[in-house]
Order: sequence, then C-alpha cells, then structure tokens
Amino acid sequence: MNTIDARGYSCPQPVLMTKKAFASNENAYTVLVDTNAAKENVTRFATHAGFHVSCEVTDTQYYTVSISK
Amino acid sequence: MKEKRNILIVGAIIGVISVLLVYFGNPANMGFCLACFVRDTAGGLGLHRAEIVQYVRPELIGLLLGSCILAFAKKEFSPRGGSSPFTRFVVAFFVTIGALMFLGCPFRMILRIAGGDLNAIVGLLGFISGIGIGIFFLNKGFTLKRTHKFDTLEGLALPISSIALLGILVFIPSLLIFSSEGPGAKHAPIAIALIAGLLVGALAQRTRFCMVGGIRDFILFRETTLIIGFITIIIVALIANILTGNFNLGFVGQPVAHTDGLWNFLGMTLLGFGCVLLGGCPLRQFILAGEGNTDSAITILGLLIGAAFCHNFKLASSPDGPTLNGKVAVMLGFVVLFVISFANSRKQATDN
Repeated sequence: MNTIDARGYSCPQPVLMTKKAFASNENAYTVLVDTNAAKENVTRFATHAGFHVSCEVTDTQYYTVSISK
Repeated sequence: MKEKRNILIVGAIIGVISVLLVYFGNPANMGFCLACFVRDTAGGLGLHRAEIVQYVRPELIGLLLGSCILAFAKKEFSPRGGSSPFTRFVVAFFVTIGALMFLGCPFRMILRIAGGDLNAIVGLLGFISGIGIGIFFLNKGFTLKRTHKFDTLEGLALPISSIALLGILVFIPSLLIFSSEGPGAKHAPIAIALIAGLLVGALAQRTRFCMVGGIRDFILFRETTLIIGFITIIIVALIANILTGNFNLGFVGQPVAHTDGLWNFLGMTLLGFGCVLLGGCPLRQFILAGEGNTDSAITILGLLIGAAFCHNFKLASSPDGPTLNGKVAVMLGFVVLFVISFANSRKQATDN
C-alpha cells in the first residue's frame, strides 16, 4: 500500500503527486488531502486512469481517498 | 458529466453578467476584469494618482463575500495559509504588471476576444505559453510548500475588511477618490455591481472556476472540466456582443487596448506563468480568499500594490501602447519568476 500525504497542498499538486505515484505500478494507493477541491480532483484523475475510488472524511480534518484497481 | 454541465451553465451565466455589467455602465469589453477592478480600487483608495482609473469596484467586494457566504453554507470555509506568503505577494505583484502591460486579466482577455479584438488572440497565445512555462516547473517539482490551519478570525480578516470598505463606499464615499472621466468614471450602479459580484463569487466557489486552471489541467492531465467554462464564456459573450452590436473585428481602435503584439504577448506570458505558480487566476484568488485562504488574501494585496506601482511608476500600458518602464518591469518580472521557480523546484524543497 502506497500512501501519499498531500495535505496542505493546493491543486494541482495533489493530482501531480498521485500521478507520480502511479508510476510505481502498484494496485492500491491511499491519498490524504484536506480540501474538497483536492479530493474531487484526485478522485476524477484516478477514475480516468481506470481505478476504483472511494473517499472518507477522517475526523473532519482531512479526507482519505482510497484508490485501487 | 454533472460537473461539466454545471460549469457550462456557470460559464454562460458569467458571460451574460459580464455583458450586462457593460450595459449598466462598466467600460467596454471590461465586464468582469479582475485586473481592471483591482487597478481602479487601488486608485479609489488613493494608492496611485492616475486620475482616470480610480473607483472602488463593488464587484470585488461581492466576489469575496459571495464566496465566503457560500463556503460557510456548504461548510467549506477553511482558514488556512502559510504557504510561502511573501513569495506569493511578489508573484502577484508581477502578475498585475503583466496584466496591465496587456490591459486585462485572463477574464478581460476572453471578453476582448469575444468583442472581436484580435490583439487579445495574441495575448491568449502568450497566456498559453506562460502556463506552459509554469507547468514545466510544476513537473520539476515546483511547490510553495504546505498550508497550515489557522483560526477563523484570520481567515475572515479580508472578507471583514471588504465589508468595512463597502460601508465606506456607501456611507462615507468622500473618503475615497473617484475618477470624473476615463474608465474609472464608467461603472454600473453600486447595488448591481455588488449583486453581480456576489453571484459570480458564489457560482465560481461552487464550480472552482479558474481561467488558468482550465488550460493548465488540459495540458497536464487532458482534463476538460474547467476549460469548458473558459470556452463557454467566449461563446456566450460573443453571441451577446453580436446581438447588441458590440462586435468589432480587428486590431486597431479596440476599446482600452493597444496593438503592440510583442508586448501583448509577453505581458500575458508573465501573467500566465505567475498564475500557475500561484495556483490560480486572479478570480480564483478572490474565491479562495473568501473561503478563508490567507495566502490568497496576501496574493490579492500583491495584486493591489502591483497595480498601484504600475500607475505610480508608469508601468501600465495605455491605448497608445506600452511604456519603456513597463517593458523593463515585465522583463524584471520574468527574471524574478524564474528565480522563484528554480529556487522552489529543488528536490529537497519538495516536501514540508
């Protein structure tokens, strides 16, 4: 499991960080983001790349975006 | 699909509002130009003495408050900041210099295109080039570092200040400076301008509308959501201009524009480059500031002071063309942005 901590970064950086991580060709990734915009952008990007995506809000401070094949 | 449909509708509404603002009194092809509004507001506050561009634009206050109110309603208000604030101030300063070299922000650029102003097509090419330079550095790991959470009052400081400014504008306007002629003297009534700002602010908050983001995300990820809004505004404003007889194709004699292609190009290149470093166009900065982002609040101050410098030191172009001082400032801007880009793209700088 590959975790990308993109909290505190504003777009497009969370998406770029996710894109970079995809290069390692793993089956699942977890992306931590703390804005709604970042959550949606990462979700959209990963969905386009052919992954299944689910999100949950973690203690109202940030979102955990789970990405898997 | 829903996102794309929403941004299409919002693009259309913003296009119509832009044309209506001109109908109600704003200068031609200005509509909803952030750079123009900021420049006039700097003048209205007495930060510069260019007598034809002084007026406190209620649209800006509306933008901040529209975004802020909706962010609260949707529980998206999130006070944060601390991501290289002074660097952002400096970048924003030069973004205004680029905008006033060209005579317009990305918003006015597309409104000028929709009015038939071919100089703005040259500007668009520069704008895309500038975004390309910014993307080059993003791919090299450029970052202005993480933001941190702040208290509510810190996030609300700029929206509250804008309410104070609105109060002064309505109740004690004698404190402010207003142009008696020129673009600054042309404006829609305060209530209409404020409502237009509130509407655009709220709509842009919902859709995360961004002039720079559209082209940037298309180049970076082939992501088309934001660019649909960009194109919609051009089409709607174009149709509206043709219907109202305001479409006038050509390079020469365009309202508040000059024909120096090289400097139109370079001005917008500087602006596009700077906005990618800042993470969004001037409109987007107002929306983020309304959501409590104090880095964007600092960015807005950078835009404001940049506009003041532009007129105090004769950096801004006029319909007669660019000034020597303006050309020097734009070149200096490139040097500064390249230094900032390289300094923040180093590998060890990519985290924390």
